[in-house]
Amino acid sequence: MNDTTQTAPSSVRGRGGARGTSAPPAARTARPGRGPRRHSIRTSQWAAWGFLTPVTAYLAVFYAYPMYKNLDLSLRDYTVMSFVHGGAPFAGLGNYTTVIHDPTFAPALAHTLIFTGASLFFQYTLGLGLALFFHQHFRLSATLRALFLVPWLLPLIVSASTWSWMLNSDSGVVNYALHLAGITPVDWLTSPHWSLISVILANIWIGIPFNLVLLYSGLQSIPAGLYEAAALDGAGAWQRFSRITFPLLRPVSAITLLLGLIYTLKVFDIIWIMTRGGPVDSSTTFATWSYRLGFGNLLPAFGPGAAVGNLLVIIALLFGLIYIRTQRTTPAA
Amino acid sequence: MKTVLSRRRLAAAGLAAVTLATTATACSSSSSGTGSTGSAASGTYTIWDPYPQYDNSSAWVQLLTKCGTSAGVTVKRTGFDTTDLTSKVLLAAQQGKAPDVLIVDNPVVSTLAEAGVLTDTSATKVDTSAIEPNLLAAGQLNGKTYGTPIGANTLALYYNKNVLQAAGVDPASVKDWASLNTALAKIKAAGKKGISISAIGTEEGSFQFLPWFWGSGANLTNLSSPQAVDALTLWTTWIKDGYAPNAALQDTQTTSWQEFATGQVGFAENGTWQLSNAKKAGFPYGIIPIPAKNGGTAPAPTGGEFVTVPVQGDTARYATSEKLVACLSSADNAYTTDTALGYIGATQAVQQKQSTDSDLVPWIQAVQAAKGRTSDNLGTKYPKISQPLWTAVQAALSGSASPSGALQTAQNSAASAK
Repeated sequence: MNDTTQTAPSSVRGRGGARGTSAPPAARTARPGRGPRRHSIRTSQWAAWGFLTPVTAYLAVFYAYPMYKNLDLSLRDYTVMSFVHGGAPFAGLGNYTTVIHDPTFAPALAHTLIFTGASLFFQYTLGLGLALFFHQHFRLSATLRALFLVPWLLPLIVSASTWSWMLNSDSGVVNYALHLAGITPVDWLTSPHWSLISVILANIWIGIPFNLVLLYSGLQSIPAGLYEAAALDGAGAWQRFSRITFPLLRPVSAITLLLGLIYTLKVFDIIWIMTRGGPVDSSTTFATWSYRLGFGNLLPAFGPGAAVGNLLVIIALLFGLIYIRTQRTTPAA
Repeated sequence: MKTVLSRRRLAAAGLAAVTLATTATACSSSSSGTGSTGSAASGTYTIWDPYPQYDNSSAWVQLLTKCGTSAGVTVKRTGFDTTDLTSKVLLAAQQGKAPDVLIVDNPVVSTLAEAGVLTDTSATKVDTSAIEPNLLAAGQLNGKTYGTPIGANTLALYYNKNVLQAAGVDPASVKDWASLNTALAKIKAAGKKGISISAIGTEEGSFQFLPWFWGSGANLTNLSSPQAVDALTLWTTWIKDGYAPNAALQDTQTTSWQEFATGQVGFAENGTWQLSNAKKAGFPYGIIPIPAKNGGTAPAPTGGEFVTVPVQGDTARYATSEKLVACLSSADNAYTTDTALGYIGATQAVQQKQSTDSDLVPWIQAVQAAKGRTSDNLGTKYPKISQPLWTAVQAALSGSASPSGALQTAQNSAASAK
């Protein structure tokens, strides 16, 4: 601790040295002192760069470069030949126009928005409901809360395959239950009207724990005193929720929704395992479409595949910016 | 503090967004290190195959090692999942690190050939004269041959003797589509499912549909012909009338086999590779070829892999690669390999040896009638036809379009893809 208190002021002074307020006494007592101090400026800057390098290198190698490659891929007219031997001609926005004029584009965009919107809405409301429920600390609440995390802990291949078996038209347990209840069975995964709903259902189930955990921790940070004061003032349960809990939970809610949005936009595994985006395009989203273009065919279409991927990035960034904007405009909570 | 926090959040949001994009390209950075080729002097030759289920103790890998030893080199073998192999090879070739010998699914051969990844047999002197022409055709493009089949498999109809007997169906009576439909109706009346098929929205779906498509007399260059509509109508009525399970739309060939293996299904359209599972199924089974519309055996698509030699910077390596390929496809070794992999031999010599096993006889006949998907010089046009085709099958079977409407859409999109 002593070390830091000794070095820290000198570096602070060093940085503010231009103002010259504290420099004269030091200069008066020992003129050679300037040397070491400049040296210490340099070392601290080097140290700063040293700390920055690993993360910068990591970001450059694993984010910036792939991002650049993906952009490059989407702007060139790649065939398998030019993919291997280079020399793909620059196509400008050709891949993007191809993708936008593709008959799959409109349904894929609509499905992406519906899938994301419906998933977020239900994940958030159900997650919040459960968080409030578990906030009451009844007996076994911790155990039950832990059990609710199971969907989150299961590998996606396991949960998606299980959903796919449960929703099987002929031998699925869901249709069996419907049959017992006297309701006509539904072709959950093989009917163009139901396939999107089925994958949304599975995705909501998988996303609830994430919302539950974040919102529950948000609830814990709300001081209990506020509720006591509100109770003294005669606030009912609904008023306590709408006047205290919900407003104070807003920052946590916002980040939960944003992260949820980004996770949901790129959901691929669940849809691919359950329906392959089908039948026809009835459950195709941008994520599955991008994969199908790039890898789902004997003859890969890398350019259009990358273009669809980039459109997804743009959508995610757009919502990120909206988030920042709302954070700026809302008064500090 | 507030702004700092939100900036961090922005950064976090930005990063998370960026990871979206990296999912597609991540593969390209991950595969570079796998199985690089040493120089010719080192005497190590790399072989990639799509049989990850075989480890170093398996007969297959031991055969590779033995072939390497007799060619005077060390063999370094890597097994990949078959769906991964195409992109892995393309990326490796991009970085000049393609394996010396590549064993790859036959419809991929023309894609890789068009990518300039594969040598043709005139450069490597691989001898393909003994190979059955209908099997070799899948690896031929513009008069050049890009590999040699290691063996072949195809589709036929398995049937459950118990189910057929209970329903009063004689399998020998199934000779064309009409008699098959009669049989399926009887099985349904007896309270069982008629037939299990895989109509999934991937290449597997096209693979399964092709025997009926070709069996109707349709041709891949015209997807909307009346014959093609007949074939798709046949499948659509199977689903509508409950002869085939509705789950066929999401079933892979493995899951549709599992339905047959429950013993509740009369017929199963499935491949040679299920033969060993059929023996374990616990009920008596039989095999008949897939009937064409008006009788006779319908051409089924060939499955199975080709042994190919990817292009190398150092062309001196081809001589040894040729020795490895010759060793793998020599009659004795091919027989061992085909037995191990559950394939029918690609040469008459191997097929004759296999015909002593009565279980294999219907399969040898089916393979002789089979047809490569990329044959007829379709090459890389095939993938652009196959995707609209499986989409049409899905559209008609799910009821979102009529068979003729679905196939018209398919033909339009296949034609516009050039």
